[in-house]
Amino acid sequence: MILSGKTVKFGDNIDTDVIIPAKYLVLLNPEELARHAMEGLDPNFYSRAKNGVILVAGHNFGCGSSREHAPLALKHAGVKCVIALSLARIFYRNAINIGLPVVECDAPNIADDGDELVVNLEEGLIQNKTRNAVFSFPKFPPFIMEILRDGGLIENLRRRLSGR
Amino acid sequence: MNITEKILAKASGREIVSPREIVEAKVDAVMVNDLTGPLAVEAFRKIGVKKVWDASKIVIILDHLAPANSEKAAELHKILRIFAEEQGIEGFYDVGEGICHQIMVEKGYVKPGNLIVGADSHTCTYGALGAFATGIGSTEAAAVFATGKIWLKVPEAIKINVVGDFQKFVTPKDLILYIIGKIGANGATYKSIEFAGPTIQKMSIDGRMTICNMAVEMGAKNGIIAPDEITLEYLGLKHTEFLRSDPDASYEKIMNIDVTSLGPHVACPNSVDNVKSVNDVEGIEVNQAFIGSCTNGRIEDLRLAAQILKGRKVKRGTRLLVIPASRTIYQQALREGLIEIFVEAGAVVCNPTCGPCLGGHLGILASDEICISSSNRNFIGRMGSAKAKIYLASPATVAASAITGKITDPRKLEV
Repeated sequence: MILSGKTVKFGDNIDTDVIIPAKYLVLLNPEELARHAMEGLDPNFYSRAKNGVILVAGHNFGCGSSREHAPLALKHAGVKCVIALSLARIFYRNAINIGLPVVECDAPNIADDGDELVVNLEEGLIQNKTRNAVFSFPKFPPFIMEILRDGGLIENLRRRLSGR
Repeated sequence: MNITEKILAKASGREIVSPREIVEAKVDAVMVNDLTGPLAVEAFRKIGVKKVWDASKIVIILDHLAPANSEKAAELHKILRIFAEEQGIEGFYDVGEGICHQIMVEKGYVKPGNLIVGADSHTCTYGALGAFATGIGSTEAAAVFATGKIWLKVPEAIKINVVGDFQKFVTPKDLILYIIGKIGANGATYKSIEFAGPTIQKMSIDGRMTICNMAVEMGAKNGIIAPDEITLEYLGLKHTEFLRSDPDASYEKIMNIDVTSLGPHVACPNSVDNVKSVNDVEGIEVNQAFIGSCTNGRIEDLRLAAQILKGRKVKRGTRLLVIPASRTIYQQALREGLIEIFVEAGAVVCNPTCGPCLGGHLGILASDEICISSSNRNFIGRMGSAKAKIYLASPATVAASAITGKITDPRKLEV
């Protein structure tokens, strides 16, 4: 799987209350959730992300609540992939489970806002085309790669339970 | 092996497991609430199986927006009522029963050695009873509804040994805030934290739940305390063989803490690891004070708050909200006269619910307001306006602050 887009950059400890505040958790439609993604930190996030972006963050991205609305809001706002120095564990699982690729790359400062990135999930490589630089990250175990290729855990389970 | 490794080995049918290994484990119970449940139901319906794997092991609790505060919230509740009925789920707790984590423990869904997952990050609370419990998301809960299984990476473990006796009005909450300040919001990501030592062994289940509840605020996968006589007594069980850590169990890190000289601590805006001594923030004026939540809404917390509030009045200009964590606790507080004390003092007592903790319902903050809260998170926008500020503290510090209208060291109030 190859994902590409412009970088949108955030710092450390971006929590799920910032990604999507609790007052929006009554919204079940992901497209509606998406309009409020990150609005506390960046009111223009939705318009910046809508053409497809790669979100680059620091440590502990997605910490806090288990709300799956957080990766859903990001995915439907146009985030194709999250790259962070480290990811909070529930967010990590939720993102994979809804088919939003998230990778941990320990290289500091892989990109600036607006840099063009290309992420190759199978190879574990991130190419920063703007800087002409390449970074690597640990590859996923095969079963996680399979969930991502299927587009999420439900699609993966449907396929496996029906024996396909 | 340590206790977490032993539970994961047992649940995955193995003799031995090691850190970083991925296992497929059988789940003893799975919980969803009114915010995470509807997405789980939607996901479950897409999987293509008609019936859940075991209706007796699924628990649904309406607590976050209870009673429904909007038409949208009412629709979420309706989805879950219909699902529980259709699937024959007996473990359905409607509006008013209490906060999901308190209900899971009170109603006997958590036993030592169990593996429990819940679609709420504070599921780690159940480690207080010697269970492995961790938060998951809605889609994953749906997968557990269908299969009864989950993949888990065996975590590396940190052990925290605690010795000494607490000073008066210094509580398990002050200890866990102090620990979070030391370890950091990111310091235990993916890891297991085992709390041990004489202070923990003497601590009630109420206090142990407060400690384990906040393990996730350090990024931990689970917090856990070895079960003992106090656990058995709480559960009304006779002695059984417990899983416990071996004397030679390995830990990535061991921390030792003496609480003898520990004072009240406060987590300052806007992160849970921004922890200071209460004496460094004394005098900051507060608009709202909140006693409740899955962290500190239990009977011991209410008793402590009542001890401070008895015969006193909440400062004019400050609002105090008191929310028992469950109906059972509410009734106990009524019998003990605690509710009378709160109402006399000028507090607003609400039905058991998560309430203001997550800013979804009661007691939402306006811009530039300051709240001192016994809950577990002080992120930007957590309790309402992104311009409000939240200080986290023990029920004693919150009660003392409600009386003076500013952040106050409870040891300095005469009782």
